Amino acid sequence: MSTQEYIDSGILELYVYGCLNTSEIEEVNKMAQQFAIIREEIMVIEKSLLLLSSSVAPRLSGKNYEVIKQHIFDSQPKATPIQPAEKAQIKLSQYLGWAAALLFLAGTIYFYQEGLTKASTIAKISVEKVKLNKEYTALQSKNQVNEDVLTIVRDVQNTVVPLAGQEASPTAVAKVYWNQETHTVYVDGAGLPEPPEGMVYQVWALKLNPLTPLSIGLLDNYKKNENLIFPLHNVIEAEAFGITLEPAGGSASPTLEQLFTLGKV
Amino acid sequence: MTQEELLPLIYKKDDKAFTILYDTYAKSLLGVISAFLKDQEEAEDALQEAFIIIWKNIETYDESKGRLFTWIVTMARNTAIEKLGSKNNTTNIKNLTTDNFVHLLDSYGAKNTKIDTIGIQEFVKKLKPKCIKMIDLLFFKGFSQQEASEELDIPLGTMKNQNRNCIQELRTLLQLS
Repeated sequence: MSTQEYIDSGILELYVYGCLNTSEIEEVNKMAQQFAIIREEIMVIEKSLLLLSSSVAPRLSGKNYEVIKQHIFDSQPKATPIQPAEKAQIKLSQYLGWAAALLFLAGTIYFYQEGLTKASTIAKISVEKVKLNKEYTALQSKNQVNEDVLTIVRDVQNTVVPLAGQEASPTAVAKVYWNQETHTVYVDGAGLPEPPEGMVYQVWALKLNPLTPLSIGLLDNYKKNENLIFPLHNVIEAEAFGITLEPAGGSASPTLEQLFTLGKV
Repeated sequence: MTQEELLPLIYKKDDKAFTILYDTYAKSLLGVISAFLKDQEEAEDALQEAFIIIWKNIETYDESKGRLFTWIVTMARNTAIEKLGSKNNTTNIKNLTTDNFVHLLDSYGAKNTKIDTIGIQEFVKKLKPKCIKMIDLLFFKGFSQQEASEELDIPLGTMKNQNRNCIQELRTLLQLS
């Protein structure tokens, strides 16, 4: 298509009207960039419309110029006092419009910045949440253990045997909860001093006449067991319980010099 | 002054820039606004409003989207339509397609006759009725091509050609060739 044919198509008139879509506008822009004759044509069309619309306007009073100018330059950066009512030729609705626009802008900026702050806050909270989640899980399992302990302590089927401190450690105390149905013993070792390195508490079920000790287990992993409640199984017969301190791994028979606690059923 | 010469001056946004902008477009915008608002005081209110909007938003004008003139006219037209709508007067909106810019000329009467445009007004009245209708809808009233072709009941392609001829006719009358 020649430039003349392009001009004759009538697209440039529609361009100046503002009747074209984005891709058509782009096309005209490209043609105008390339060809001076098209730029000329656009300007003449524009001029004719400018003259036409001007010619049909009512007489333009000079006061409009003053009012607009005053408004534009008085409402710019320098702070202006509120105009007296009789001077305010521009209606309140116009101020409201601008106030709304400014508010909107301020709001946009505020929320943008707020958004930035929020983003970092969200990141912090996420980290916090992971931490809390871990803590929660830990607490949950701890709570479970505590409940288990409570269940043991409250269980009416359990025979409670307090073990008192002996010569080797007069202040030591322990408690044994013995469920004779399930043959399980729970030893509460919270009142025992922490065993030295390389040593372990060993629990004995005793028959008194004649005195016959039977090892029922070790209080292993003393440091890891936070509640210091140790379950021991298969305790069928006992008239008393005793706890001795033995070398790691336990002994075949109790070292009586190291008898820490003892209690009769 | 061409748009290319005008824009750098306007972007300075000083007194001089405003005066140039006003001198170039105010009358034309009042003409477009008057196509919607017959009451002169209302039209002038809208002109003031539109100019303030244009001035404050001039930086958002994007040359790749069309002519400055087109952008400015659109802003003024929108202001007028908004004002017309806010009056909530449905008859006004209905009258939009029956009135046209030549009727405006007849409505002013002697007191409003403008010496500087008397000649042009005489030429404008010589435009073919079909052309007056077409230019009125597409330019003054801001109809889309589709809307105008339906209103005029002619196909889009035909309208495009006829419109070109109408503007040619206007240019001849205005001695702009």
